[in-house]
Amino acid sequence: MKKIKVIVAKPGLDGHDRGAKVIARALRDAGFEVIYTGIRQTPEDIAIIAQEEDADVIAMSLLSGAHNTLFPKVVELLKEKGLGDRLVVGGGVIPESDIPFLKEKGVKAIFTPGSKTEELINFIKENVKCDEE
Amino acid sequence: MSIEDIKQQQEKWENSVQKTLEKHPERKTFEEKRLYTPTDIENLDYIEDIGFPGEYPYTRGVQPTMYRGRLWTMRQYAGFATAEESNKRYKYLLEQGQTGLSCAFDLPTQIGYDSDDPISEGEVGKVGVAIDSLRDMEILFDGIDLSKVSTSMTINAPASVLLAMYIAVAEKQGNPSTSLSGTIQNDILKEYAARGTYIFPPKPSMRLITDIFAYCSKNVPLWNTISISGYHIREAGSTASQEIAFTIADGIAYVKAAIKAGLDVDTFAGRLSFFWNAHNNVLEEVGKFRAARRIWARIMKEKFNAKSSKSMKLRFHTQTAGSMLTAQQPDNNIVRVTLQTVAAVLGGTQSLHTNSRDEALALPTEESVRTALRTQQIVAYESGLADVIDPLAGSYYVEAITDKIEKEALEYIDKIEKMGGAVEAIEAGYIQKEIQDSAYKWQKEVENNDRIIVGVNKFQIEEPPVKNLLRIDASAGELQKEKLAKLRAERDNEAVKISLEELRSACSDENVNLMPVILKCVKTYATLGEICRVMRDVFGEYEPHTNI
Repeated sequence: MKKIKVIVAKPGLDGHDRGAKVIARALRDAGFEVIYTGIRQTPEDIAIIAQEEDADVIAMSLLSGAHNTLFPKVVELLKEKGLGDRLVVGGGVIPESDIPFLKEKGVKAIFTPGSKTEELINFIKENVKCDEE
Repeated sequence: MSIEDIKQQQEKWENSVQKTLEKHPERKTFEEKRLYTPTDIENLDYIEDIGFPGEYPYTRGVQPTMYRGRLWTMRQYAGFATAEESNKRYKYLLEQGQTGLSCAFDLPTQIGYDSDDPISEGEVGKVGVAIDSLRDMEILFDGIDLSKVSTSMTINAPASVLLAMYIAVAEKQGNPSTSLSGTIQNDILKEYAARGTYIFPPKPSMRLITDIFAYCSKNVPLWNTISISGYHIREAGSTASQEIAFTIADGIAYVKAAIKAGLDVDTFAGRLSFFWNAHNNVLEEVGKFRAARRIWARIMKEKFNAKSSKSMKLRFHTQTAGSMLTAQQPDNNIVRVTLQTVAAVLGGTQSLHTNSRDEALALPTEESVRTALRTQQIVAYESGLADVIDPLAGSYYVEAITDKIEKEALEYIDKIEKMGGAVEAIEAGYIQKEIQDSAYKWQKEVENNDRIIVGVNKFQIEEPPVKNLLRIDASAGELQKEKLAKLRAERDNEAVKISLEELRSACSDENVNLMPVILKCVKTYATLGEICRVMRDVFGEYEPHTNI
């Protein structure tokens, strides 16, 4: 079976990458193929990496408060590139009240502080659309 | 009683404890020993290793009377949206009894982009105040006499530019730069390793820093020219020992760079300051602060031959640990912050920021900032902890853990020195890797319930979403764009152009100190983005080491 490929991405100018790196390692330990983009990626950068890598999942982390601008933009660009079927999730310091908006914009789940890496792993396994043979 | 007698008695006691353990095992495996006794500090020499407050090696504190003379500076890190909004918050904090200012800048400002740069989209005013030009800085400090407050600015890669703006505002108020006191963070190495707001590669970055050292030693003598920061290294996941080890290694790199640039150690080292994290493990943290002071004093004296006692004193600001705040049951954070405050005070901090209860969710509201400030005031005025200097000294455990942290940190520092120094260790990805390993270990411990976080993996409750969070809407971005358009239309654009050209040629000539040139630029109302673009053109940009 093909490994599920996840892009762990840091959109925007935020440098807090402890969470992203912990997530990247936990996903790798769980058997996924993981690519970490590094910090300060524009939505365009992330969409391009997702396309080049033909990623199944795009997991974004953001702690600066710019999530309402940047997460939907990534989803939009993915759609433009014909990657609208890829699973997009987000995490970080994100107020509860922003979650409905983000979901409406196509971010399938939001993981807030205190979430277990296991929750993300299970969510991906249950929701990813992978061309498994 | 001799130490040998104590050792014998202790062995007997340990044997008897074994019987208890058979019936009642301990809750878990502890990292620390069960009990500390005189046997743990038998090699400690009071005069050599601990000494007296205000005296070498400063283990007990850098001032002779500590908080009996003057309390620490209560300095809440604040800033959001526009200069107008943040100015109001600063005035509020000063009215509430805060004794110093601490500016938080938004990410575009910290990375040298104007608010109208496309890359700033969504980030303007979010994690701090947006400053595009001297005009914003004038508004930020409107009605605040800069000769009366000390101001700390969390700014690194473009520190010269923000310091120049601060000096220019003060001059307009009629305050000469020699009257100014405060701090710029100006610590690029930890940006590469842990915090992420770098712009230029190490070499020009180190030049910018040593230019500031040289300029301030003559023109802004009361200014702390750098705040060598372990805070963010700890936030990124390091242990207590790693926090001080990597930070002191950075400190060594700055001192070396300044000496290489031709400065005498005692002309600048007295204005170096540090910035530590305060975590929940109170006694470990106290040991950390004490160990850091002792290590730095010895390095400055022995390695760099500093003669002035000022050069050997590790003065520091502390912030309570943001990463220890929980989004769950946010009121519990007030208790965590209280413990962290106790640690910082018992550790002898010179200034302190206490986090607010709601900061795992958003920037803090005015009300929660007030509670955080009150926490400091209660510890200062009601607890008695500020009445006696370094009251934990002599505790078998506290002295032993001070020693242990010192030893662990020195091993790291030695290893980093062997790699060529902090710059090389960062470029090799070594420091980042060590921090990441600790962060991952911590996360696993939490997920396996080996480490209990109240409200997160134990004692959870169902709770409704927290209300009344501070929200920064998109209007700050729009407002800044309008202000920039107006500024560009009104200012003398020819003067701006000339000053930026002068900057360009100064950047290419290492013998020129960039501070006066940048000061000239900001006075023409050249924007932060314009100034940084010139420097980006000449210096290039840092390529990060990204490995997981």
